[in-house]
Amino acid sequence: MRPTLLLYAALLSAALLTPAAPARADAKTALLADKSELVFGFKQMGVPVEGRFRKFEAQLDFDAKKPETGKIAFTVDLGSVSLGDPSFDKELAGTPWFDTRRNGKASFVSSGIKPAGVGKFDVAGKLTIKGSSRDVVVPITLAQAAGVGTATGSVTIKRLDFKIGEGEWADTSVVANDVVVKFKLSFSGL
Amino acid sequence: MNTSTRYSTVAILLHWLLAVAIVGSFALGTYMADLPFSMQRLKLYNWHKWAGITILALSALRLLWRLGHRPPADLPMPAWQARAAHATHGLLYLLFFAIPLTGWAYSSAAGFPVVWFGVLPLPDFVPVDKPLSETFKHLHELLGDGLALLVLAHVAAALKHHFIDRDGLLDRMRLGRH
Repeated sequence: MRPTLLLYAALLSAALLTPAAPARADAKTALLADKSELVFGFKQMGVPVEGRFRKFEAQLDFDAKKPETGKIAFTVDLGSVSLGDPSFDKELAGTPWFDTRRNGKASFVSSGIKPAGVGKFDVAGKLTIKGSSRDVVVPITLAQAAGVGTATGSVTIKRLDFKIGEGEWADTSVVANDVVVKFKLSFSGL
Repeated sequence: MNTSTRYSTVAILLHWLLAVAIVGSFALGTYMADLPFSMQRLKLYNWHKWAGITILALSALRLLWRLGHRPPADLPMPAWQARAAHATHGLLYLLFFAIPLTGWAYSSAAGFPVVWFGVLPLPDFVPVDKPLSETFKHLHELLGDGLALLVLAHVAAALKHHFIDRDGLLDRMRLGRH
């Protein structure tokens, strides 16, 4: 591509993307993607396997003085999953697993936040993956420094509750049912 | 039969147990490597790893036993054949360790630690590193093919001694009391 075309493309992208920011002006905080991570681990015939999602978004409306009124909505791009091995990643996108063609995103929407000690909160909400929803409580720890708030925590879910791994893969002696999801979400303006 | 012309019972048992385990693991490894992604493949890979670590452990036991128990003296044969036989045995022992260890390293470097029989997690002695895992993979395959050739030579030589030279060589390693 010629440099001028590249410039036009960049300007056009900027023009298209800019309005997106004010649209979220109601959310007081913004997720810092490069300072956030979403990983998960499970056991495959006893072997610990770790993976991560590269793309996810979160909208947070939270005041540490009034945690009960806080809200968090979290969406994960299931197609961004990676176990660090291309053959596995291709498999994970397929029908028995995330079926990303029909289920692009997983979501968590909070229904209530309760304080649970200094800097700790229990976030109750609904987790939806692949068309199945479950109520979960996610314990988080919140640390604030220099205008950036970082929420860390982990929650164990049962993959079969969400039909992740269907057919022969439902065999939990090969792939364990328990999946530990660990996250670190950093927000500016928190 | 005079015991000094035979290997010790423990040596004989370990020889045949490992013979079966090694031939089986080689066949399994060769077969599974070409399979497309499936649960079957995943299972076979784990079984292959478990078998490999078992072979490593039994080989360590076997080496210790061999160091403490001298094998029977060589049967009469030309000096070059005796040298070739001893060199082959030395190389076989080397590969009994090198092949499981490179397989273990390959698995660790690929990011999949070996958990023996799905129960005992083994330590990783190399870091998770894709190019390194490819290197170990190739080394593992290369050494495995080398072992296959050595085993063929070993079997061919043993059969030649027994059936062409008729020197009763196989009786030294025969299972049972005869």
